Amino acid sequence: MEIGKSCRVIGINERCNGLERRRLLDLGILPGTLIKAEMQSPSGDPIAYRIRDTIIGLRKEQACLIEVIM
Amino acid sequence: MNIDQNLLQPDKCVTCPSHNSIELMRLGVDMQDWDYVVGLAGNPNTGKSTIFNSLTGLRQHTGNWPGKTVSRMEGGYEYESTRYKVVDLPGAYSLLSTSIDEEIARNFILFGRPDVTVVVVDATRLERNLNLALQILEITDRAVLCLNLMDEANKHGIVIDERCLARDLGIPVVPTVARNQEGLPYLIQTIGDVASGKIKCNPYRSNKKIGEMSVIVKQLTEKLESIYPDLPNHRWLALRLLDGDSDIISALSEGKLQSLANSVK
Repeated sequence: MEIGKSCRVIGINERCNGLERRRLLDLGILPGTLIKAEMQSPSGDPIAYRIRDTIIGLRKEQACLIEVIM
Repeated sequence: MNIDQNLLQPDKCVTCPSHNSIELMRLGVDMQDWDYVVGLAGNPNTGKSTIFNSLTGLRQHTGNWPGKTVSRMEGGYEYESTRYKVVDLPGAYSLLSTSIDEEIARNFILFGRPDVTVVVVDATRLERNLNLALQILEITDRAVLCLNLMDEANKHGIVIDERCLARDLGIPVVPTVARNQEGLPYLIQTIGDVASGKIKCNPYRSNKKIGEMSVIVKQLTEKLESIYPDLPNHRWLALRLLDGDSDIISALSEGKLQSLANSVK
């Protein structure tokens, strides 16, 4: 996802279960949530996203589990 | 002139929290014995430590970076000749996650059984903060919701219907601006009332409606009760086991659940 772009969450991939899934849900990543990529670390991973008015850094492996529409 | 008016209306003065807050005695870390334990929980960066410092008079630590409070801080205050021990917990988004600081917060609220848990929330990000508040209400009956950063909320034009929120959650709601000490006398009063049982909480439980699951939950709860009669919140533990919480499962299978409970006392 490019910096400055936004997307909307459809759901979390089925591969993501248990605590990892819970964690993403607790961070406010639910179907319908708007996510905007705000900043990038020097290496490009992790990326800081704005989720429900809070900036949260996610690694690529975690971000890949979130299914979105642009 | 004001003084004369106050003398004419002594009743109003006595019931006003601001007047009574003069009795507040900050005890700092000098806590030998206490009557009630108060836990301060909340999302990261909502002002828990600021509230902790204004209650206890300590200046332990305030800073605006994540993970500042990774262990719990303790202090105390005395109000209306009752001694309160305050425990400042690390910020957490959830009680169900895996990070160390969130685990400290969870273990304390669950096994430390504070007399009152104050859930400090950021009034400008209520939606995000109420997740934790609801999770805390699952495991404790005596809680106070502290709507902090009300000045920021006002600045952004956010209006919160506190009475409606208090009714829906079933616990008292106190708006504060901890930075300027606003609302703290009322918070202290409310904590006292909840601790002494003057205010009865009837917290909202979202899993009241789990329907067909309830039979399994009940069986598991009863089993846990018979094995660990001393533990609080068997029902919550049962729900976590069904959730697949690896922490709780390993603690249970290795028989460490009891020692986990004792470690926070």
